[in-house]
Amino acid sequence: MEALELARWQFGITTVYHFLMVPLTIGLGLLVAIMQTMWVRTGKAQYLRMTKFWGKLFLINFIMGVATGLVQEFQFGMAWSEYSRFVGDVFGAPLAMEALLAFFVESVFLGLWIFGWDRLPKKLHLATIWGASTASILSAYFILAANSWMQHPVGVEMVDGRPVLVDIWAVLTNNTLLVAFPHTILGAFSVAGGFLLGISWYHLWKRRRDGIDTVGPDGKVLVGSVAKTGRDTADHQVWLRSLRIGALVAVVSFAGVAVTGDLQAKLMFEQQPMKMAAAEAACHDGTGFSVLSVGNLGSQNCDDIVAVIEVPGMLSFMANGDFATEVQGVNSLVPQYQEQYGTHLPDDPMYGERAGMEIDYVPVMEVTYWGFRMMITFGAMAAFAAAVALFLTRKGTVPESKRIMQLAVLGILAPFGANAAGWIFTEMGRQPFVVAPNPDPNGIDNVFMFTAAAVSPGVSATELAISLIAFTVVYSVLLVVEVKLLVKYVRGGVPSAMPELLPHDDGPDDDSAGGDPTRKKGDGDVLAFAY
Amino acid sequence: MEFLPTLWFVIIAYLWTGYLLLEGFDLGVGMLMKLFARTDQDRRVLLNTVGPVWDGNEVWLITAGAATFAAFPLWYASLFSTLYLPLLLVLMGLIFRAVGFEYRGKGNNDAWRTRWDWAIALGSLVSAFGIGAALALTTTGLPINDNGDRVGGAFAWFNGYAVLGGSAVVLFSLVHALGFLVLKTDGEIRERARRQFLRWMPLGVLPMAVWAIVVHSSGGKTVTWFTLLLAVGGAAFAWIMARRHRDGWSFVGMAAFLAAGTTTIFTAAFPVVLPSTLDAAFDLTVANASSSGYTLSVMSVVALVGLPGVLVYQGWTYWVFRKRVSRSHIPAAHTVRAQ
Repeated sequence: MEALELARWQFGITTVYHFLMVPLTIGLGLLVAIMQTMWVRTGKAQYLRMTKFWGKLFLINFIMGVATGLVQEFQFGMAWSEYSRFVGDVFGAPLAMEALLAFFVESVFLGLWIFGWDRLPKKLHLATIWGASTASILSAYFILAANSWMQHPVGVEMVDGRPVLVDIWAVLTNNTLLVAFPHTILGAFSVAGGFLLGISWYHLWKRRRDGIDTVGPDGKVLVGSVAKTGRDTADHQVWLRSLRIGALVAVVSFAGVAVTGDLQAKLMFEQQPMKMAAAEAACHDGTGFSVLSVGNLGSQNCDDIVAVIEVPGMLSFMANGDFATEVQGVNSLVPQYQEQYGTHLPDDPMYGERAGMEIDYVPVMEVTYWGFRMMITFGAMAAFAAAVALFLTRKGTVPESKRIMQLAVLGILAPFGANAAGWIFTEMGRQPFVVAPNPDPNGIDNVFMFTAAAVSPGVSATELAISLIAFTVVYSVLLVVEVKLLVKYVRGGVPSAMPELLPHDDGPDDDSAGGDPTRKKGDGDVLAFAY
Repeated sequence: MEFLPTLWFVIIAYLWTGYLLLEGFDLGVGMLMKLFARTDQDRRVLLNTVGPVWDGNEVWLITAGAATFAAFPLWYASLFSTLYLPLLLVLMGLIFRAVGFEYRGKGNNDAWRTRWDWAIALGSLVSAFGIGAALALTTTGLPINDNGDRVGGAFAWFNGYAVLGGSAVVLFSLVHALGFLVLKTDGEIRERARRQFLRWMPLGVLPMAVWAIVVHSSGGKTVTWFTLLLAVGGAAFAWIMARRHRDGWSFVGMAAFLAAGTTTIFTAAFPVVLPSTLDAAFDLTVANASSSGYTLSVMSVVALVGLPGVLVYQGWTYWVFRKRVSRSHIPAAHTVRAQ
């Protein structure tokens, strides 16, 4: 493989991976803040337990997002130096804003939250998680501002062949950003909702299996209690409240995701018509919405693709809100792109071996077509499942069936899949551009960049291969470790985050595990929490 | 000299100084997990001295990187792509270290903890070395052509200055961390840290002082004579104060050494941000590598709003967690079992 392919694989793998942790951090962070608020307001035990338990899982996941986030910032310079030089005047600003205005707040306040239990006054401590959570959402805004500029450059002028920022406000209110932001944030909440739903389901199911909770003749739950393992009535409340909050959050955010997704699609038909045509494998103008297209999508040859089932007019509705306007297909878009942006890459050394090669304006249709469908299918499945879950748990517990429990746990993955598929679709659909041209007639002329020109000229394919392998191996190992830890803490239930719930004589190894026997309780404690 | 690019050079120098001052001791504490701590309990004491703050400290690095991207995209692109492999190691080190901090206490057996101890210690060592090498090389030069791209193979950057800068940050972090432990712990650990600090501190600051002298002797200005002197004075002050058990003042001395040292280095290097070892005409300077005036003024407003806030709430964090951590504070390890 050449340097360009390696760099693209690396960016794809590291970014999709990073974005497994990010939506859970964003979504779960806010939910934990809400849980803690409910605790501070009502003083009810179950809300404290919810805060601590979900907070623990949040942290196990958060650290992986932090660790892999730095890679994102560094690799623009490391592997994509030509890109960084070209866009630096505009692209670096939102990244620096994210660091200065959002990520500092998130990291510092999260440290205060983790270690500040009992050390800070209750309300101030609550404020720290709100600060961290709000900052993580603000982070997303700045990062999406940077990404949206790549999808739809605004606020710049070309000076000496480089885009120069002239209007930061235009970049921060890019219409692409204004729909991508709610879409992404709601997508993150759907991830957190599904996470709460699946894990709580497991615990409610286990309480029934262990005979703690039973169901009365009217179908209503009869809550039991085994205080010795911390599975009392408040424990039941923890899981039931979490499950219903999770399901509700999932249903509502999926509805929002659908609405914002529709707005995004309409915008994308204007801004990147080729991406949307490729999403549909729509070859000729006026193609209907494809329910199933067969043929060799990967051949990039439109003659090979046969739409088996299509809904006439549907695509037009997605693009324009009516059923009659013809949407342009790939076949008529290619000559337009060729006319505007050239048929061949310029004979410039910045293109390396690709200089002078013919430009293929059609994204990899297998990826765009199936990516688009996976995003929608996973999302719709999860939304439907969450709605069913709300109905099934209306009487206070979950069905006895192990199969359904397993489905609920497996369902945690669906929103993750939808998020990943959506990003793969939108980033691959932008190709062959790394900065897509802005076709708005009143827009900016000729601010675009081919991906082929973006990679670092001084970095060898060997170096990229080394880093690609290193990241893939390390990330895979860490994913296994993270999931194992999450599973372990989930199985432990609330006491995994609140050992004080268990009676002290519970385990023989409790005191032999390194604690100082002279350890004092109370005033002398400087650690409200300890690693 | 144009005002805004110069201002941003100063801001970036300030961000690096803040990074080395703060993350310096948590990188050092990471390495001391293997070099200093004797028991698992010691290691937990060490970990908890930096527990609430290390992540906030690391944001200084993220900010320094992002600010360089925003204010000097050509500097950012050339430095990061030229140092591809060393920065890969930095990233790997930081990943393992961060995950180690969080995951170490979440396993139930010694093998698990030992593995993460190594991850933390080696991760800290490798990233400190890599960052030091990168900072030294951006002041002493890299083989870059007129486009700012590396000429030569994957190791064309490697030279004595890389080793000098790498060991400067590693050794400084180690002794700085010992000084930090004197401030943040109690009992036997504290006394041992003080003894080690007094023994190793002169050696620990030496490579950074040499690095400052090297840059000073090639591009020094009158003022860098003064800052160089200040750095030496700060180090001497830190050592004397540590001997007199004035630990707070000793820490201030170390901070003064670092700040005066980095000021010497950045001031002497100014206005060149990345010299080319091939041809001085290819040097990246504050003037030719910077973003437009508009971008810089936008970023100046952001920094003006953001940075004072950072100092306030990060300072407050240190105040909240100001108490010393000692062995008696470490609770029993918590075993998570399936319900």
